[in-house]
Amino acid sequence: MSATVGVVYFPGTNCEHDVAGAIERLGGTARLLFHTEETVKGCDALVVPGGFAHGDYLRPGAIARFSPIMGPLARFAAEGGPVLGICNGFQVLTEAGLLPGALMRNDGLRFICTTVTCTIESTSSVLTGGLATGSTLRLPINHYEGNYTCSPEQLAAIEREGQVVLRYRDNPNGSTGAIAGVANLAGNVVGLMPHPERASDELLGSADGNLLLSSFLDAAARYASGQLAQGVAAR
Amino acid sequence: MEFSCHVEVRGLEGIADPAGRTIERALPALGFDGVSSVHVGKVISFVLEADDEASCREMVSEMCERLLANPVIERAEVEVAPLATGAAG
Repeated sequence: MSATVGVVYFPGTNCEHDVAGAIERLGGTARLLFHTEETVKGCDALVVPGGFAHGDYLRPGAIARFSPIMGPLARFAAEGGPVLGICNGFQVLTEAGLLPGALMRNDGLRFICTTVTCTIESTSSVLTGGLATGSTLRLPINHYEGNYTCSPEQLAAIEREGQVVLRYRDNPNGSTGAIAGVANLAGNVVGLMPHPERASDELLGSADGNLLLSSFLDAAARYASGQLAQGVAAR
Repeated sequence: MEFSCHVEVRGLEGIADPAGRTIERALPALGFDGVSSVHVGKVISFVLEADDEASCREMVSEMCERLLANPVIERAEVEVAPLATGAAG
């Protein structure tokens, strides 16, 4: 059965079609959901893609949090549904309080557009469940505010609980602990700064992003068949 | 009555401030020596209708917690002052 992934977009989001395309090429069904939607019914997973939701006014993600779709998205996450935030989507999920920490301007104040090597740090998340800890991926990053920041206490907690799912091999932006991606405690909500959808074909320079998106689609299918809730709760 | 509100948002102590650091490095290059502790933040100002100054402050504090600042990385300083009503003297 093909999992249906809702791709949430706001005014200013610009990666929704790339994400939808990558999901469809992997056999999933993508459904674009505008931020004014008041339900996520029928979706087995949700992605908040990259871009500049609401123009990044005030702070990236700060205004998106108040969009009508965010209530249903938060409830879907609370029920154990797989939710993925990519780049600006990661910023939206931290601002919404669904993921720990915050994303600040890059150390060095440069917009960074390059390909980086990341290491899988934990497989207890919907994004990394199908991968091996310690394996490396080549993924593009494209951001000005990707400097992951949290308090030392919070850092200790997320490291201890295996919530750090992805780490940069060479820290490009000053992120605390070189963190590229984090999950919530249950592992069903994940955010990362790199763009897996832009590494979804060898023509793009890397197809490593497909490993993450396939893992996410597997989690969506398991959630649809009622198996993921057990897997998440088993943590 | 109306209050003039002034919210200054800046990074928490101990959180990196790359913009502040860049300015701190740039000023000596122009001959301004002895500059330290440069911080860059943002200012949000608005007029708020409230019963009195205490309730105005309370509302602005809540605005800061819920929207104007991200408590993970930022803190906010609030100043409020009654707006001159323009009553003829």
